[in-house]
Amino acid sequence: MTNNQKPYSNTRATLAIAKASFRSILRSPSAVVFSLVFPLIFIVVFANIGGSGVTVDVGVAKGCDTTNMVYQVLKKNQMLNLIKDQSTEEMNKNLSKGSIDAILDIKKNNAMPPFTIDVQYTKASSKGGILKSTLNNILYQANAAINKNQPQLAEVKEATIQGREYRYIDFILPGMLGFSLLSSGVFGTAFVFLSLRLTLVIKRFFATPVKRYSIVLGEALARIVFALLGALFIIAIGHYVFHFTLIHGLATVVDMLILSAIGLIIFMGFGFIISGVAKNESSVPPFSNIITLPQFLLSGTFFSTAAFPSWLQHISRVLPLTHLNEAMRKVAFEGASLGDVSHQLLILGIWFIGVYVVAVKTFKWE
Amino acid sequence: MVKKPIITVKNLVKKYGDFTAVNDISFEVYEGEIFGLLGPNGAGKTTTLEIIETLRDKTSGEISVDGFSIGKDADDIKKRIGVQLQAAGYYPNLNLSELIVLFSGLYGINKTPMEMLGKVALTEKAKAKYKDLSGGQKQRFSIATTLINDPRIIFLDEPTTGLDPQARRNLWDLIREIRNNGTTVVITTHYMDEAEVLCDRVAFIDGGKVIGIDTPDNFIDKLVAGGFERPKQVKLANLEDVFINLTGKEWREE
Repeated sequence: MTNNQKPYSNTRATLAIAKASFRSILRSPSAVVFSLVFPLIFIVVFANIGGSGVTVDVGVAKGCDTTNMVYQVLKKNQMLNLIKDQSTEEMNKNLSKGSIDAILDIKKNNAMPPFTIDVQYTKASSKGGILKSTLNNILYQANAAINKNQPQLAEVKEATIQGREYRYIDFILPGMLGFSLLSSGVFGTAFVFLSLRLTLVIKRFFATPVKRYSIVLGEALARIVFALLGALFIIAIGHYVFHFTLIHGLATVVDMLILSAIGLIIFMGFGFIISGVAKNESSVPPFSNIITLPQFLLSGTFFSTAAFPSWLQHISRVLPLTHLNEAMRKVAFEGASLGDVSHQLLILGIWFIGVYVVAVKTFKWE
Repeated sequence: MVKKPIITVKNLVKKYGDFTAVNDISFEVYEGEIFGLLGPNGAGKTTTLEIIETLRDKTSGEISVDGFSIGKDADDIKKRIGVQLQAAGYYPNLNLSELIVLFSGLYGINKTPMEMLGKVALTEKAKAKYKDLSGGQKQRFSIATTLINDPRIIFLDEPTTGLDPQARRNLWDLIREIRNNGTTVVITTHYMDEAEVLCDRVAFIDGGKVIGIDTPDNFIDKLVAGGFERPKQVKLANLEDVFINLTGKEWREE
């Protein structure tokens, strides 16, 4: 009757679980929605707002010279929304409230330099910085154009312009990717292990010769493969539809996928902890939201953390998603290698150890 | 026939804090028999079963299963037994055939889904989800998963609870067939009629103790010999016989 001559293979058992889990994930609507549909909706919505996502409302002062070249260039910039129909008082009031981001006044000079650009920023808005860099950019370009006998300078200018071509998609896509990894890692893992435990699926597994690590490893493997396929899909759509920048092409994609896997493994640790702490399935969402929502808001998913007050920035500096997002953006947009983001990886490594120390203590098998 | 013990339980004790769930239980299960563990809820049946199945630790006592000791050779025992849990679920979103593939991987054994589903007459449900099966089909599928590793012993914890009379009789046939193929069966049940027709021997457990082990016939004979009489005269048939007679013995699949 028995056919136990063949040695038992833990690898085979692990892969059997991975395969089962992968099939199950593909058929679960929530997994697909969290990892693919949500991020895509966010990307499509944000990539289409105002052409490039962020718009800076700039009030144009009365008597501003609008015939000059600087103004014409600013007018063409899709990020800037030049407002002319407000009175000076209105404009000043709005500036102090932050409902406009800056007031621009360009005066023609009869002497050198030919123009004086007077810009008022406001502490009520952080978007003045975008106008500032745009202006610097134009002036740099204009000044360089005047000195035509210095071709070297013109070349430097070219490189700078290139570097400035930072689309909002370059910001939003890594953030969205990071957040999708966070939510699928935390929610997915917590739900699956809690329900496997509550429905006694794991108990039934234990009646077979399978090892505990095979169960965890198999589940993790399936989730990672699924998340990486999702990431690949998001990057592909981002790149081909919204011109997401991939500096080194495929190599950049591979680096992003490695970062995704690292991030997911850490986030799954939170999921393991929640599955151990939660008493039933309805207590999974509150616990998961405690983990995901602060990171969603504070980790620079939709907007740069640079705009935060410094006390909030300190909190943001601690969160793992902040560092994953940073590493992603550096790799994708700046062309950094994984070695260049070792600082971020180090902090993620500390999180990994911390999360799994707690997970091992809180995880429950039955 | 020489009765050879395949499971030996000696002085088994299981305590949860101050509560003693199993209090010094000893019994033997013979190779090739259908052995019933009977007793009220909370008597310690499931706990005893799960300790033998290596799913729970014992507090003290000795158990050997097919020659292997429960404390030291849990993995060898797991390879030789098939376990059906009282309320076990199966991996979500998978169909029966995929679940069989999963369990084949867990046991490290090559079995085709059709071969296993064929043994419990579920080949037509190969693409169905476990949650969409009827009660009887669920139990039959559970039994199919216990047979994947060609076990020496299978453990069935209340397999017929909640089933209609046809599904119950159908499951009895299946269990007898498994026994006739050489597998020892250990079963718990609350239905005494079931134990009477199905089990070769039964043990009554109450308050964590074995209060009697014998064949169903011997138990009944002894009780009758002691002067026991049913208050109401026994008729030659009961209401279940009427049910089966009216609705037919054939399988019903809702």
